[in-house]
Amino acid sequence: MKTEYSFNERFEFAGKAKTWSLIGIVIGVLGILYGFFLDHGELGVQRTFSNLLLMGYYFACVCIAGVFFLAYQYAAQAGWSVAFLRIPQAFARVLPIAAIVLVLIVVAGLFTTHNVVENGKTFVTPYLYANWATHGVTTPGSENYDAIIAGKSAVLSIPSFLGAIIIFLAAYTFFGWMLVKYSESEDELGGMSNYSKSFKISLIFLVVFGFTYPVFAFDGIMSLEAHWFSTMFGWYNLAALHVAGLSVITLILILAHQSGYFPWVTQNHIHSLGKLMFGFSIFWTYVWFAQFFLTWYANMPEESVYFYKRWEPEYKWWFWLNIVLNFCAPLFLLMSRDAKRYYSRMVMVCIILIIGHWLDYYLMIFPGTLPPHETAFPFGVEEITIFIGFAGLFTFLVLNALSKFKSLVPSKHPFVEESLHHQI
Amino acid sequence: MSNTKMILGLFADPDEMMHGIDKLQKNSVPIYDVYTPMPIHGIEDKLGIKESRLGYAAFCFGCLGGSIIFSILYYTLVHDWPMNIGGKPHFAMPNFVPFTFEWTILWTAFGMVFSFFFATHLFPGRAPRVMDLRATDDMFVIAIDAKGNIPHDDITKILQEAGAVEVKHNDRKYVSYE
Repeated sequence: MKTEYSFNERFEFAGKAKTWSLIGIVIGVLGILYGFFLDHGELGVQRTFSNLLLMGYYFACVCIAGVFFLAYQYAAQAGWSVAFLRIPQAFARVLPIAAIVLVLIVVAGLFTTHNVVENGKTFVTPYLYANWATHGVTTPGSENYDAIIAGKSAVLSIPSFLGAIIIFLAAYTFFGWMLVKYSESEDELGGMSNYSKSFKISLIFLVVFGFTYPVFAFDGIMSLEAHWFSTMFGWYNLAALHVAGLSVITLILILAHQSGYFPWVTQNHIHSLGKLMFGFSIFWTYVWFAQFFLTWYANMPEESVYFYKRWEPEYKWWFWLNIVLNFCAPLFLLMSRDAKRYYSRMVMVCIILIIGHWLDYYLMIFPGTLPPHETAFPFGVEEITIFIGFAGLFTFLVLNALSKFKSLVPSKHPFVEESLHHQI
Repeated sequence: MSNTKMILGLFADPDEMMHGIDKLQKNSVPIYDVYTPMPIHGIEDKLGIKESRLGYAAFCFGCLGGSIIFSILYYTLVHDWPMNIGGKPHFAMPNFVPFTFEWTILWTAFGMVFSFFFATHLFPGRAPRVMDLRATDDMFVIAIDAKGNIPHDDITKILQEAGAVEVKHNDRKYVSYE
């Protein structure tokens, strides 16, 4: 087994990866322009906003998953992952940009309004979070007054909503930035002090993250349908974030390894990542089913309305496809030991899960933001182009962040030797 | 013909033991098995040990457990005594999921443990099969089947050259706890 590697090699961001990610960004921008200006008026704008929220949230979640991965690896004092810790660190470096993009989308969606005609009456509502952000919803006597929303106005009002989103994203960004900083200073100085600091800050992050992330998901996504509520929603989103983040880490790692970087990464590292992806896909299904099952069993109208909407003809097919992509595919494709050690199989599952979790977020957002029955098949140009655009943006920023590191492995990490000899 | 059944090379250091395996293999001496007090990376590949089939056993037990509870649920709740519970249909699939899930896991776990006990001759109350008690403590033991592997003195020499602290010629295959 080869154990001597040069750690001084840097990641060079050029060539095909750069060209294609820039082309992706251009496609995304064109898609957004098309959606806002060319795609038949109101509905097109609404759809574009929903897509932007979807991808902005997905983008932020994958970057947060990088910080989360770093934190629990440090907290568990894990050695195996050191070999590719630079990839989640690159995610953590991109998180500030992802956070700004998400906040911009949310603010734009909250403060641009349009007229909606419902039951013969015209309402002036914002494009996103219309359920609770419409003017007068919480003012008694207003014709828009909604007693249920008024009862939730402590959380669902623009100042506390934006405040929570911004504070949470800033906190996650701060912890990610600290973890990367400690790792870089460890490369300079060596010794255990930076490792101990990383360990401590990881524990603090995990506590903060565990308590705030469900609220982040409640605010960001669940409040699109503000009459509905589910206590499982936060964990359900956490599971989705984790699986999506792991898939992206694995995909980047395998592709970089195959193009000559990370020569020290072996099947064993990919196998361990595969086990995490497999396990957390099962966990995702567990929370998904728990949320569905309790709603189905209790059958209370205010809860089952969520699934009612998703069982309308235009979404029902996607609803079941979600389970096939995010549960059946990893279950059967990754069950055996050998499957997790084949790079081609792992790449395939990563792509399936990345698309699958796009669909998962799609089903959380679209039935609540698009007016029902207006489009027979709410999938088309905007969905594809904006996905490609954000994928390009993410690839560009992450690979750019990766190329800034002086070495592709934290070479003075106390567990670096253990990671190079990782064998399972 | 001597009564020697097993030749054991006892090593104090895992690296020397790995070296001993190399030397034996270079001299085409087949190794019966190796006993170590701790797991040693790379030893399975070196000895050419086949991958464990425990996973297949686990899968089969999981399927069995899932099928059994599903049949019981179907028989009791749908076929034999259908009841109206909250207006749900009798054959209400989501209700079946938690039970089927739990039984699949239970049977996978127990099935795997019992398969492991069965395959390794371990069981509470049964004397474990050990060739040398110190293999469970501080010694790394290479076992060579003495039958057909002659001359024994050559094997002893190879083991000693590789750094064995002791070479035993045992008449019994296993020593058991008395």
